[in-house]
Amino acid sequence: MTPQQIFESLKSRFGEAVLEAKIDAFPDPWIRVAPAKLREICLYLRDDGEMLFDVLMCLSGMDYRAGKLGVVYHCDSTAKHHRIVLKTEFTDADPHVASVESVWKTANWHEREAFDLYGIVFDGHPDLRRILMPDDWRGFPMRKDYQVPEFYNGMKVPY
Amino acid sequence: MEETMTQPRQVAGFGRDLKSEEMVISMGPQHPSTHGVLRLELVVDGEVVVDVIPHIGYLHRCFEKHCEHMTNYQQVIPYADRMDYVAAMSNEFGYVVACEKLLKIKVPERVEYIRVIMAEFSRIVSHLIAIGTYGMDIGAFTPFLYCMRDRERVLDIFEQTCGARLLYNYMWIGGLSHDVPAGFTEKVKDFCRYFRSKIKELNDLLSYNKIFIKRTANVGVLPAAVALNYAVSGPVLRGSGVKWDLRKNDPYSVYDRFDFEIPVGQGLKGTVGDCWDRYMVRIHEMEQSVNIIEQAVDGLPAGDIASAIPKRIRPDAGDVYVRTETPKGELGYYIVSDGTATPFRVKVKSPCFVNLSALPAMSRGAMIADIVAILGSIDIVLGEVDR
Amino acid sequence: MKEFLIDLLHNEALVYTLMAFVPLVWVVPFALFAVWWERKISAHMQDRLGPMRTGGYHGWAQTVADILKLIQKEDIIPSAADRKLFILAPYLVFAGSYAAYAAIPFSAAYVGSGINIGLFYVISISSIVVVGLLMAGWASNNKWSMFGALRSAAQIVSYEIPVALAILAVVMVAGTFDLQEINRLQTGWFWNWFLFQKFPFLFVGSIIYFVASLAEVNRTPFDIPEAESELVAGYHTEYGGMRFALLFLSEYANMFAVSAIATTLFLGGWNSPFGEFLSGPFWGLFWFLGKGMMFIFVQMWLRWTLPRLRVDQLMYVGWKVLIPFAFAVVIGVGFWVMAVR
Repeated sequence: MTPQQIFESLKSRFGEAVLEAKIDAFPDPWIRVAPAKLREICLYLRDDGEMLFDVLMCLSGMDYRAGKLGVVYHCDSTAKHHRIVLKTEFTDADPHVASVESVWKTANWHEREAFDLYGIVFDGHPDLRRILMPDDWRGFPMRKDYQVPEFYNGMKVPY
Repeated sequence: MEETMTQPRQVAGFGRDLKSEEMVISMGPQHPSTHGVLRLELVVDGEVVVDVIPHIGYLHRCFEKHCEHMTNYQQVIPYADRMDYVAAMSNEFGYVVACEKLLKIKVPERVEYIRVIMAEFSRIVSHLIAIGTYGMDIGAFTPFLYCMRDRERVLDIFEQTCGARLLYNYMWIGGLSHDVPAGFTEKVKDFCRYFRSKIKELNDLLSYNKIFIKRTANVGVLPAAVALNYAVSGPVLRGSGVKWDLRKNDPYSVYDRFDFEIPVGQGLKGTVGDCWDRYMVRIHEMEQSVNIIEQAVDGLPAGDIASAIPKRIRPDAGDVYVRTETPKGELGYYIVSDGTATPFRVKVKSPCFVNLSALPAMSRGAMIADIVAILGSIDIVLGEVDR
Repeated sequence: MKEFLIDLLHNEALVYTLMAFVPLVWVVPFALFAVWWERKISAHMQDRLGPMRTGGYHGWAQTVADILKLIQKEDIIPSAADRKLFILAPYLVFAGSYAAYAAIPFSAAYVGSGINIGLFYVISISSIVVVGLLMAGWASNNKWSMFGALRSAAQIVSYEIPVALAILAVVMVAGTFDLQEINRLQTGWFWNWFLFQKFPFLFVGSIIYFVASLAEVNRTPFDIPEAESELVAGYHTEYGGMRFALLFLSEYANMFAVSAIATTLFLGGWNSPFGEFLSGPFWGLFWFLGKGMMFIFVQMWLRWTLPRLRVDQLMYVGWKVLIPFAFAVVIGVGFWVMAVR
């Protein structure tokens, strides 16, 4: 299916939750969706006979500056040989997005990483802990406004 | 002391309280077979492993954060080298392909061919280490040194080409740092001839050893459906019988011009998707890499390797996701440009990271010795898992 | 030798002490050089050279230097360890493996103690090693050590059964437990060795003995108690310095002990393979050590060739393969002995 068809199919099914699409974006066309409905959309993308997006290639946390956070999903279908990019955006005051761990198991660690580095909370994730940073680290290092702390457990950080 | 004994014991990441017969043992971060600083918390009942909880991040070097603080795109390449440090060429390859796509650069043919040769060499190097250390995990020490001996020959070729043996900074955006040296073709062909017989030697020594088969066949089975759901890639996915190789299925560079097979696990000694299948896929892939290298060397066109290197790297705003087939699997770079000379965001989808996340699914119900076998068959490099 | 020394020194206590020290004079240098030997053999099997510098000729002094280093190391006992048992364990392990040497007939003229139940004594006294290993694993207060110790206990206890059965078959043929007597029964050309007697039963028995003895001394493919890729170092993970050296020493002492038993039982012990040619007490010593070293070489060869079995596979080999075959050997030999008599 072409990205245009995927967008129309999603739009007809989920209506308001599918916000916009940029089909002519270079080089990958993308679709922007609402964070709350994400799990249902992904489940549909995975299971529908026309879609069959069986692989989540990549899940990236994003900080778009000015308090806007986001998550980008790169989905691929090994059966249908098409791919699509889903984007979702929200503010850092309410950094909540539905977890897709139950759709693609691979999202488990990717979501933990996004939580660890960006402070994005994935609702419905079974085990949302820090993964790359130490458990007692403060702050979310990949945010654009992150300030490196002076000390970590009494050790001087910027050397 | 008395009180703590009666309270339910809990482990973060383990779904329920521990039963009284269950014990938690910590494998790593200093352990001979975790291949680096990985820590596995094993919930064991005797020798049987109930669950595995991996803890990573001991080698986190803030690759993604570094990328956002470079002064230009080119400076990222040495850092990319240091992710999967046993196959650094492949990491550079993915990054430069992504940047070239973002910049809309067409690279000269000669560059593409040399890149393919180097990437396939790094596949051989990486698989040799994977196979050698895997033998060591199972208890056979000797194949490891045989693998290291052959690896040295490839590293010599790398050294003659760009002066570095491990971390090359060889592929640049739009070109290469050096052209190949004089006599390169003969050296490569010599190696290919030599290496074919060594693969046979390795098979005789390790692959078809009865004890080795006993230890790896039917161990750590990963069914194809589960493998796809975990998005594992590379030899782990192909070991599960899924014929999926980005060099064929989503060709990049000039891979569509070469004739080679995609080896998949067939369950010859046990179940499809067991450790032996994953191991064997690597052996066959080395043979295929030799094929590709020979074809590429034969067809190596003349030309200037530096003609397409841009003076000023300032891509238009936009984002690109490029995935390439590294020895470990599907390495993806998600690069977001905001129109300045510095990447706005570089996210790396590391194959080792994803493959390691499937470890618990493979190892529930196995024995402690099997965990070592399974972990070795995934072939992780902690530099890439933690980035 | 005993009588000769008593005549010479006129002091029985001194003579017995001297006699007891003779194996030690062999074991310690043997262990040192076996380690060096193992390094060189493994190196040449692996396309490298191994130690080349220390001592000049092919690094012969490397293990001597290593032992000197180990002696100088700080004696570390983990704070949570069971101090007494932790200290005691290496001695017990070494005592167990060294005690076996008392009954090993090095030559026609020398055996530490010529007791008439020598063989019985050797298999029972070497079991003390298990107690020492368990003690080491438990006292270290480390889960990996504990795993190593438990695996080792299970393994050694299981593999003692095929060992004992294979020995029993020889004893049925020989009609004695006296190791010197067993040697004397094999005098003559090499076809008089028990290896070729009651063919093929004792031949199979010797293979069973050799495989099981590999497990007894924790060598590859049965080295799971100290499998470095799984258990770090098994029961001696927490040991360092001299205590580690002692455990290491007893491991090599054990290797030679089981090889010596195999030599005595199946390869004619100190007998020359060629009848009267090159026989006599001193040549006997030569033949005995030479045959023993051949077994050691095979053990090393296997170690640097084969991968390691898993715990359950090890138990499978022990209980479901070796023990049934060992029983078949015992029954076969039994019928043969009865029928011929």
